[in-house]
Amino acid sequence: MTRELHSFRGGLHLPGRKELSTAAPVRPLPLPKRLALPLQQHIGAPAQPIVEVGERVLKGQMVARPEGFVSVPVHAPASGTIVAITEVPVPHPSGLNGLCIVMEPDGQETWIERQPVADYRQLDPSALRNVIREAGIVGLGGAGFPSFIKLNPGARRPVETLILNGAECEPYITCDDMLMRERADEVIAGACIMRHAVQARECVIGVEDNKPEAFAALQEALRRAQCPEAGDIELVQVPTRYPTGGEKQLIHVLTGKEVPTQGLPIDVGVVCHNVATAAAVHRAVEQGEPLIARIVTVTGHGVVTPCNFEVPLGTPIAHLLEHAGGTSGDLKRLVVGGPMMGMTLQAQDAPVIKTVNCILAATEEDMPERGPVRACIRCGACAESCPARLLPQQLYWYARAKDFDKAQDYNLFDCIECGCCAYVCPANLPLVQFFRYAKTEIWAQERERKASDRARERHEQRQARLEAEKAERAARAQQKKAAVDSAGGEDTKKAAIKAAMERAKAKRDSSDSSGSGELSEEQRQKLAEARARLEAKRAGGAKELTEEQKQKIAEAKARAAAKKVQPDGAVEAAPDLSDDQRERLAAARARLEAKRAGAPKALTEEQKEKIAEAKARKAAKAAEPEVAPEAPPELSDTQRERLAAARARLEAKRGAGPKEPTEEQKRKIAEAKARTSSKAKTKLTDDQG
Amino acid sequence: MTAVLALTALAGVFGLLLGYAAVRFRVESDPIVDKVDAVLPQSQCGQCGYAGCRPYAEAIVSGEAEINRCPPGGEAVILALADLLGRDPLPMDGEVGEPKPKMVAVIDEHNCIGCTLCLQACPVDAILGAAKHMHTVIESECTGCELCIAPCPVDCITMAPVKQDLTNWKWPYPVVVEQAR
Repeated sequence: MTRELHSFRGGLHLPGRKELSTAAPVRPLPLPKRLALPLQQHIGAPAQPIVEVGERVLKGQMVARPEGFVSVPVHAPASGTIVAITEVPVPHPSGLNGLCIVMEPDGQETWIERQPVADYRQLDPSALRNVIREAGIVGLGGAGFPSFIKLNPGARRPVETLILNGAECEPYITCDDMLMRERADEVIAGACIMRHAVQARECVIGVEDNKPEAFAALQEALRRAQCPEAGDIELVQVPTRYPTGGEKQLIHVLTGKEVPTQGLPIDVGVVCHNVATAAAVHRAVEQGEPLIARIVTVTGHGVVTPCNFEVPLGTPIAHLLEHAGGTSGDLKRLVVGGPMMGMTLQAQDAPVIKTVNCILAATEEDMPERGPVRACIRCGACAESCPARLLPQQLYWYARAKDFDKAQDYNLFDCIECGCCAYVCPANLPLVQFFRYAKTEIWAQERERKASDRARERHEQRQARLEAEKAERAARAQQKKAAVDSAGGEDTKKAAIKAAMERAKAKRDSSDSSGSGELSEEQRQKLAEARARLEAKRAGGAKELTEEQKQKIAEAKARAAAKKVQPDGAVEAAPDLSDDQRERLAAARARLEAKRAGAPKALTEEQKEKIAEAKARKAAKAAEPEVAPEAPPELSDTQRERLAAARARLEAKRGAGPKEPTEEQKRKIAEAKARTSSKAKTKLTDDQG
Repeated sequence: MTAVLALTALAGVFGLLLGYAAVRFRVESDPIVDKVDAVLPQSQCGQCGYAGCRPYAEAIVSGEAEINRCPPGGEAVILALADLLGRDPLPMDGEVGEPKPKMVAVIDEHNCIGCTLCLQACPVDAILGAAKHMHTVIESECTGCELCIAPCPVDCITMAPVKQDLTNWKWPYPVVVEQAR
């Protein structure tokens, strides 16, 4: 007791109202019918489920693994069956739903095999931290920051002091008080392990002087403690004043050190943990039990019998209220946390999570209605009460005017949202609400800035890619030209042009051309196919086609479609198809074929319409293949006209019924088809040659 | 005389030094354009009449365009630009459109015919797909520019407001009704 205590500026002496819930010992809570385990019960990335719906899990079994560094796993608080992984209400000020693993306990409480660490002193601190992480332990004081990170001081500087926070300064809340009274040994054992993990020179436990029973219990436990680290653990009574339990405030009170703005306690050689976290660490390390339950205070004049429960995580809050004798008539609102920093609970079936320390069923007496809001008169009472030494009125003006840069200049992010300023404000201004608003707005701006940086990068990459593709095309054209030039003088060029024209001509009237010498084997085959198709059509419609012919036509059509698509798609995607892509293309073609060959008659009216539309579009595109792939949204007038004409043709066809076209129509259709296919081929061969 | 010589020599030395520095540490692009570009929201939507955020930034810096032509940025961008460039803040130019909440494009996958037109329209490559295959929007990368809507031949792209969840939820602006004493 020789430690010199310091005093932080500001703060308030509030009526504690703790006696409401300390009369009875901590009661175990019977299991509810359903447990909902949110994947996000901590600060950092949500955990990822590793169980499936219908799976049976044992008590203490990991059901979600950590994702990323700042994350911890979630464990099943009871044995039972997973019934859903879905969005259900969670305790959050927004009232939004969060992703939860929902399970039904079977009541057998079968534990998974526990693997306690025999002697933590034999363990390397990093292995010890890993055990603590695997147990899913987060700060149980309310913030829920993963404890293993705080237990990793890094090489930056040695840890001078390990502080265990047993101040519990907020009115009404007594869960830490009861824990220290009843499980002081566990707290001390946890303190020893933590001290070993961070290799702290000294260890101090700070308890507010309004908890004499807890203090006495800890003293007794210290005397009994076996572990060598417990020998010089200092137990200190600190004066009761809100918010002594704030991390920075308690560090200041116990050591006189001030944690710098935007800094961490480790910057001044201090690590601070809650007493409940210490007890959880003891259970995880020496008993092999992950964090699956916590003590929760149910209090306020709105419940019949206020008390503390040991609650399996995931238990609906309504279940707690029910076992506390139910709520009374003058209940005004349900608050998660205390009257100063708590948040209004929107859904009673939201589950208890790792950070829920208190359920306050508040009546008018517990949380009186604030009077009417008046204008700020700059009295300065808020600045006097601020334990973070900020200027709340100044922050209020800036937050209200949405001048977030200025608010940050006035160290908005040093605000711990303790609510002292709003409590003393004679104008009843909702100061903390403004600060929370400003903080989330600034975070959102930060997210937007990151997103826009990414968008810029993606846009620039895309521009670069398009440029490169354009340059490549230009280079190819240049090369081709050079090749023609170098192959000979004017004569060769003319000959080449003439040949190309001839080729084109031959293709244009390929319907009755008897073949030209320059055609490749493949081209000839195609021509033959086209001719066969035409003939078959002319001869008497599709009905007299043999099975084989039909199949061939379908094949040819699929091929043609695939080829026509290629130039379009190739503009965007890679022109050089990989093997994998080719395979997929082949598969797609096969599918297409199968579809066409299979059941064209089973198409619904809607589908038919869509297909017809797509065909019309394709026809329009094929009609202008040079323009269409590059700038299709801005159709030229001629294009529009042609599109309209194509649609009209199609409609006429549909209207007339495909089975009885006149001879003339049949011929025209065949001609149009031949034209289309020859054009597509022309383009293809032009591209190739 | 010595003084004149000394000063001349000094001037010569510094001149060379500055000349060398100008070549050696040459800044490629206009840093003001970069700063303006950094303020713009990078939706690349073209509502300002330029082909993207950077061209608009260049136009602003050259004095060709006003600072109030960016609807996605809204008032915040106008104020930031006014602050950065020392110009007077202006109200949003009505002809370019009104600011609206951030939206993302959603492709109705039942109706998508895999035409790749939206792929080509997307300025940030946020649409995934290939010819004759269904396309989909990568929601986290979509800037809500709406450039993909017009090219879609089957009108299967719609804009949907960004889904609110626990990660992007914000405290609302407190409602304060002040009463006179």
